[in-house]
Amino acid sequence: MAWFRRTEKGINTPTENKKEAPDGLWYKTPSGNIIHIRELKSNQYVCPDDDYHVRIGSKEYFEILFDNNQFTELDANMTSGDPLKFVDTKAYPSRIKETISKTELKDAARTAVGKMNGLDLVVTCMDFSFIGGSMGSVVGEKIARGINYSLANKIPFLMISKSGGARMMEAGFSLMQMAKTSARLALLSEAKIPYISLMTDPTTGGVTASYAMLGDFNIAEPDALIGFAGPRVIRETIGKDLPKGFQSSEFLLEHGFLDFIVDRRNLKTKLTTLLKMIQ
Amino acid sequence: MLLEFEKPIADLEAKLADMKTLAEQSNVDVSDAVKKLEEKIHTLKEETFNNLTRWQRVQLSRHAERPYTLDYIYEITEDFIELHGDRLVADDKAMVGGFGNVDGQTIMFIGQQKGRNTKQRQMRNFGMANPDGYRKALRLMKLAEKFNKPIVTLIDTPGAFPGLEAEERGQAEAIAKNLKEMFMLKVPVICIVIGEGASGGALGIAIGDKVFMLENTWYSVISPESCSSILWRSWDYKEQAAEALKLTAHDMQGMKLVDGIIKEPLGGAHVDSKAMAKELKKVILKNIKELQKLSPEDRIDQRIEKFSSMGVVVE
Repeated sequence: MAWFRRTEKGINTPTENKKEAPDGLWYKTPSGNIIHIRELKSNQYVCPDDDYHVRIGSKEYFEILFDNNQFTELDANMTSGDPLKFVDTKAYPSRIKETISKTELKDAARTAVGKMNGLDLVVTCMDFSFIGGSMGSVVGEKIARGINYSLANKIPFLMISKSGGARMMEAGFSLMQMAKTSARLALLSEAKIPYISLMTDPTTGGVTASYAMLGDFNIAEPDALIGFAGPRVIRETIGKDLPKGFQSSEFLLEHGFLDFIVDRRNLKTKLTTLLKMIQ
Repeated sequence: MLLEFEKPIADLEAKLADMKTLAEQSNVDVSDAVKKLEEKIHTLKEETFNNLTRWQRVQLSRHAERPYTLDYIYEITEDFIELHGDRLVADDKAMVGGFGNVDGQTIMFIGQQKGRNTKQRQMRNFGMANPDGYRKALRLMKLAEKFNKPIVTLIDTPGAFPGLEAEERGQAEAIAKNLKEMFMLKVPVICIVIGEGASGGALGIAIGDKVFMLENTWYSVISPESCSSILWRSWDYKEQAAEALKLTAHDMQGMKLVDGIIKEPLGGAHVDSKAMAKELKKVILKNIKELQKLSPEDRIDQRIEKFSSMGVVVE
């Protein structure tokens, strides 16, 4: 006479009677650790159990880096044109419009000026949620103007990359953003103003092959995917599986392309120490 | 190896040849018929090659008989000394370079090199350079700068090599460094797309005071095939992708992303490679002369400003 025995097997609640658990309260890391969003936030979006760095955007990075989350955004209203009248399965302007309303972002990068532990800093940060963080004219122009601001005011420049590469829908224009950003960085370098490039998960393609790799200091978050060609393309080219950890931050450090890997929880302190040393 | 749209022309040309032999053998006067046929061929050629689709131009840019970098260099220069190696790990055979003499002017030539047959193609890695190639190119550019000689780069690549070792040795870093360093070169730099100009692999040697494209070449952020596979999730939309990418010389000049177009012989560069090389030589010498009138500082400023103005944004 077990009163707790189930008489019917399975879940029989009809869909319309199911109760929704509120979304976004808990986060599950790839290794299966579950953490409350509030705790994650207070940990700079790093899971304390497995050090997993959750993909975050410009809003979060600005909050982490700038004192009291105070900053001035530059070129906040800049959006994409459609110089090629590009249509694939969708017209480019409608893709942009949809993405803007979905993400509440204007494009895949934002630039802000503010203070980090009292030091002036210009930061351009990419947003992966905007068409895979792809680099088109807006991203290139925002970076270029961010660098110009650094040059004019002699303030160090920090670039936070998170991108699948150049944006196909702006074709030739996207390609030339690699040139444009590199040109501005050449000038910044001549002026001896520090440039720190922080690569986060993922940083690939034309972004890696231009500004991301041109830092006076090239640094990365742990276990980020960083490379020129994507893993799938390389696998198809060589016809073999890729070794474990290939194109990870640790792999790049080992091969001499990074100065160091930084845990996001130490990012602000470490950047401040570094910038103070070279002041 | 004929392309689809070359076939009707080739058929007529074969017919013309037959007619001429027949006339010789039988001593019949067919000069009227020959003339007519020749006119017909010319009209067909003009019709075909003045109305090429973007995809057809991509096909021409990859034509099996198209002249490659070393073909042009040997044709243009009186003397050419090829220089090898990046002084770090290797000599990348997909990227060639060296000093050459052209009408008394010493020029540093650098470019991607494709192979003509299977063995050569393997050796040249299909014109896909490794980081060693980009570092070799930069070493040679610095050498040119040291001895105050202008630089001409010839671009012809389906992309930088996407391989395991390429990543280990920093393909992205090598290309990025070239972009930055090329802006600061004190000598004149002329870049010419002679075949395929695929993405970062092309741009890695294409930062110049003047950037030209031969008439039947393409230059974009991705190949039409890869674009098709990513945006349409199938390899079958390469023609639409080529249209969407607007990747031809005319497109790129129209968008002010390149400075000019160098006209090819009717039918493409491979039809008369000597004439093509002659035209190339003319453009190179003329532009070097003009660029040498500017001071190094002005050239650098203008180079930076030109690329800085590229892009379309809404504010």
